[in-house]
Amino acid sequence: MDAILKVSGLAKTFVLRQPRDTVIEVLRDISFAVFPGECLVLSGPSGTGKSTLLRILYGNYLASGGSIRLRQETGWIELAGADPRCVLAARRHTLGYVSQFLRVIPRVTALDVIMEPALLRGYAKEVAQAKAEALLVRLDIPEKLWSLAPGTFSGGEQQRINIARSFMVFWPVLLLDEPTASLDGKNRQIVLELIEEAKAAGSAIVGIFHDAHARDAVASRLLYMKDEKERAHVT
Amino acid sequence: MNVRLRDAQPGAASQLEVPARALSGEKARPLLQVDDVCRLFGPEQGCQEVSFTLYPGEVLGLVGESGSGKSTLLSTLSGRLPPDRGRVRYRDGADWLDLYAAGEGRRRALLRTQWGFVEQNPRDGLRMSVSAGANIGERLMAQGARHYGRLRQCALEWLRHVEIDAARIDDTPETFSGGMRQRLQIARNLVSGPRLVFMDEPTGGLDVSVQARILDLLRNLVREFDLSVILVTHDLAVARLLADRLMVMRRSRIVESGLTDQILDDPQHPYTQLLVSSILQV
Repeated sequence: MDAILKVSGLAKTFVLRQPRDTVIEVLRDISFAVFPGECLVLSGPSGTGKSTLLRILYGNYLASGGSIRLRQETGWIELAGADPRCVLAARRHTLGYVSQFLRVIPRVTALDVIMEPALLRGYAKEVAQAKAEALLVRLDIPEKLWSLAPGTFSGGEQQRINIARSFMVFWPVLLLDEPTASLDGKNRQIVLELIEEAKAAGSAIVGIFHDAHARDAVASRLLYMKDEKERAHVT
Repeated sequence: MNVRLRDAQPGAASQLEVPARALSGEKARPLLQVDDVCRLFGPEQGCQEVSFTLYPGEVLGLVGESGSGKSTLLSTLSGRLPPDRGRVRYRDGADWLDLYAAGEGRRRALLRTQWGFVEQNPRDGLRMSVSAGANIGERLMAQGARHYGRLRQCALEWLRHVEIDAARIDDTPETFSGGMRQRLQIARNLVSGPRLVFMDEPTGGLDVSVQARILDLLRNLVREFDLSVILVTHDLAVARLLADRLMVMRRSRIVESGLTDQILDDPQHPYTQLLVSSILQV
């Protein structure tokens, strides 16, 4: 099967002008490919640029060099240097992203937060709501919270809302930045099951998991990332 | 506002994504084409060297400090202030209309029907001495609607859209709170089904709790009616919530532009870095 994401020669250097000029080289010459149905885990110590790499793949950070090619229904596109419309279209149809943090918007309920990706893809509201409720039940969020804005929820609850939102629709490529970080054992297990289901459905997953148990459970391959002066290599 | 600007989930701006057909058909064709627009009042006062393309359903944020030229640019783009040079063209169906080469009549018709303008101060955008219902109905009457029952029905529907109690339809905006006035101004603009809406600091003068409600309302209306928006704001949290992409202005020029969350999370220009790093964390 053909890859869905091909990264080659990717580099990232932050040039900070405030408070004084500082150059931080985080990634250099990163190359790998990801195939549908597998989970590539980014591993390595803190500070080696794992989250930075995920953010670049999502278009949240700009690449300083190299290429990120993504296969969509309409063909391959180059994400490095792509214009915002192109990145937004990829995010709507192809690229999903789960961070450890939920961005809370005042007045928007948990249910609406979760349904949004499905509604953007044109799901009927009843269909989206039924699916969202099923995920909320599965992730053990009490029903009395569903119609509240998640601003006041606990960290673990917010993270589960975030996860429910991300698993509402099928993502050909799913980027996971520590999706199990603040969850208890039971909920972590449910998230690992959701990840396995996404793999089985053909998602190509790129993820960061500090928890060794979670990593061993979902990883198909590891991309080991070393300190900024050394090269990352795939095992 | 409880919006974290760092360490937050990138892509939150995607909540304003245009619908799925974005890159095909009607959506693939630009709505507004701006070429090298310049309007200066003095050296680096006003706007210059501004070129960009806006597509249907896109929300473009103009950010920067006071005096950077955001409002001058907005006036020039919206047909209120002729540029010293450069062109603003709007696509009306199959025709391209050169905004300042077109006759005054054509431009005014456009402003009343296909375009909207939400002022920072609702007093500037409302007629304060006539009823809320008449404020909403004015654009429709300018387009030839005369049937009283239908105008009133439409006004009631729009009061509901902007969450104003229907019982207030005969009251004047003088009796409304600041947040209600702003919501009424939004209704007055959207009633004619505009394709492009300009907004100048739409939540600027409001209390934070009132601001959250207006932002939520705007997010939903933009999506429901598939509006294109050019939004001026100095509040980066507002920009993150509403805009698909941003242009950062400084001293009359665009210094950086790109996807909203990328500009805010990985700013490239020294000025943008200063702007983003100056935000207080809540």
